[in-house]
Amino acid sequence: MPVDLQHDFFTLFGLETGYSIDQARLEHAYLELQSEVHPDRFAHLSDAEKRLSMQWATRVNEAYRTLRKPLTRAQYLLELRGVDAGLETNTAMSPAFLMEQMEWREAVEEARDASDADALDDLLRRLRIQTSEIHGVLAGQLSDGGDLQAAAETVRRLMFIGKLENEIDDALEALDP
Amino acid sequence: MALLQISEPGMSTQPHQHRLAVGIDLGTTNSLVATVRNSIAVCLNDETGSAMLPSVVRYLADGSVEIGSRAQAAQTRDPRNTIVSVKRFMGRGVGDVAHVESMPYDFVDAPGMVRLRTVQGTKSPVEISAEILRALRLRADASLGGALTGAVITVPAYFDDAQRQATKDAAELAGLNVLRLLNEPTAAAIAYGLENASEGVYAVYDLGGGTFDISILKLTRGVFEVLSTSGDAALGGDDFDQRLYCWVIDRAHIAPPCDEDVRRLLMKAREAKEVLSRYDEAPIVAKLSSGEQVDLTISRAEFDQITRPLVSKTLAPVRKALRDAELKPEDIKGVVMVGGATRMPQVQRAVGEYFGQEPLTNLDPDKVVALGAAMQANVLAGNRSADDWLLLDVIPLSLGLETMGGLVEKVILRNSTIPVARGQEFTTFKDGQTAMAFHVLQGERELVSDCRSLARFELRGIPPMVAGAARIRVTFQVDADGLLSVSARELSSGVEASVIVKPSYGLSDQEVAEMLKSGFEHASDDMKRRALREQQVEAERLLEATEQALAADGELLDHAATGRIERAVTELARLVKDGSLDELKQAVGSLSRATEDFAAARMNKGIRSALAGQKIDQLEV
Repeated sequence: MPVDLQHDFFTLFGLETGYSIDQARLEHAYLELQSEVHPDRFAHLSDAEKRLSMQWATRVNEAYRTLRKPLTRAQYLLELRGVDAGLETNTAMSPAFLMEQMEWREAVEEARDASDADALDDLLRRLRIQTSEIHGVLAGQLSDGGDLQAAAETVRRLMFIGKLENEIDDALEALDP
Repeated sequence: MALLQISEPGMSTQPHQHRLAVGIDLGTTNSLVATVRNSIAVCLNDETGSAMLPSVVRYLADGSVEIGSRAQAAQTRDPRNTIVSVKRFMGRGVGDVAHVESMPYDFVDAPGMVRLRTVQGTKSPVEISAEILRALRLRADASLGGALTGAVITVPAYFDDAQRQATKDAAELAGLNVLRLLNEPTAAAIAYGLENASEGVYAVYDLGGGTFDISILKLTRGVFEVLSTSGDAALGGDDFDQRLYCWVIDRAHIAPPCDEDVRRLLMKAREAKEVLSRYDEAPIVAKLSSGEQVDLTISRAEFDQITRPLVSKTLAPVRKALRDAELKPEDIKGVVMVGGATRMPQVQRAVGEYFGQEPLTNLDPDKVVALGAAMQANVLAGNRSADDWLLLDVIPLSLGLETMGGLVEKVILRNSTIPVARGQEFTTFKDGQTAMAFHVLQGERELVSDCRSLARFELRGIPPMVAGAARIRVTFQVDADGLLSVSARELSSGVEASVIVKPSYGLSDQEVAEMLKSGFEHASDDMKRRALREQQVEAERLLEATEQALAADGELLDHAATGRIERAVTELARLVKDGSLDELKQAVGSLSRATEDFAAARMNKGIRSALAGQKIDQLEV
């Protein structure tokens, strides 16, 4: 089978297409591929080879970055399965979820205003625990016979939470002297 | 298949002859050049046995240039024409440079990068840095006795695109073939990691003369993976000197000193700083040109106190890098100290306290970057086999485009593994719009005014359409040197227009071409012979690479393709000894073009075998 730059990311790494992946195997495949295509292997060769190597190494990095994190992996899976998660436009969320988000946000603001780095750290830790629980739900929704539309909504929630996580990061950064 | 005989008297005919390559640490205070000799990385010394070349350049009225210690010795006599710490000006405008008021230079605020007026005319930091690099190249030539294949030049990990581009321009201006720009902490990690066969997550704390970097790296067997990097491109040992200088001015109650005395006192401050790394107190004695006498003593405790804000300032990027890597201080297996400024006890103490462990100082912090760069240069020149290490580095700062309302939309995020590319689509907002302006920025902040402006460009020739119908794809590509190129294309109509921009802070290709040309016009026959010799080395390199590729994978080619490549090879081999510079360049170009498809086929073969290896592993699991 000819290998080309257009292959999907799972195929590129020789992995089964799916939400649950073996991280160690992904990392191993990534390093194997980079060992072959990385520009450092071609620095002494012709310009054509250098250019090709950069294209491949770029693609392999993009594939790894996409599959490594559960959220981007889920987004990519939905894309492969033709589901438009409507990430930019569809922001309809359940009221309960939105209420919970508002509470989180208030807690972050309070900690930020009080310059309380410990509280921010604690929020970040709790948020990450919650994130990993939601990923458990997402795994079910993305498995065979799962509900792709529900998965799309879960992905949107996770993006929401991701933004909150960034805000905590920024707040922590702002507290640094 | 035609086997080629490419040799000349005195040259080895072995296919795997050792190619000469060097690593250069272009430092704020000192610069070094190193190479791998008999499998061991060594720094190359000057005729006095010293490895460190002070990064000082002096322009003399008679048209000559002094570099290194001689220039350094003249700095109090001739401060205006003696440029120290030029690295601080690379890719920077006047407004970006700290302590401009206390610097003895005649600045010219040129668009893009600051220039300095000297007795030899206006000089850009790129030209000044090129003098230092040229001196190191000459040292390498003399010491290695052969033509260099290329060089790895190190840059602070936190250098932005403009600073990287300026560094690469300087190296090319100095006549070096740049194999790679390598981040300084990563270079140190190579030297350290290979020396100690380390595994685990390490932090490299690199406080140089004028820059501070922190990199978090995962070392596994044969792989150096940078997880995150942060720093401050304008914080280093120089700032400690500056603090001490201010303390002296304050304590000695002296009037604002003249340029000569500023230099004199800064040198005394540096000496005292170095003494304080070994002793509990240091004298500062100087006679000023006004006749005033400075006679002070500073204790280590006092020095610690006045420099405490600087030491704390380094810890903010450390915390940021750890957060980005999603790690805690206790996850770090070892902290490698790099840069002369890490000799200061208060720095070692603060780092040790933060990480809860003694930092590692078993390699010379002044040399470790150059040694790592030499090891990488040796690999990039093709001197090593397939068991080489793999280095995965990141970009330090996010890259983005200006959007409505003076905001920045990030296109590539900081700490993305390079090479990396990302495209973003835009559309027209007016009916019949035929042009679109783009503003490329680097930085983490939301507002355009808080980020560094890298380039502005326009895409013209968009076919007139109703608003929102055009599809303009802007692609950011960051290469393995960490350098950005941006292109834009209109997709919907099939009409293509594209531009490639180089950051405005670097010199334009034309500017570099002009500098090179003016250099060549004044060049002696020696220089011209040198250019020819370099092209011959390039030709030999290509012939050898092609020969090896044909031997390994010739079966991937059909008859016609083999014929084309062999004809190009024969032509180049014929010219390699007697051809003119232009003829050689042309023949090298033809061979490169003839091997393009072959290169693709070989790449595919490599990838297939990597995947096949993967499948076998899976069976074993």
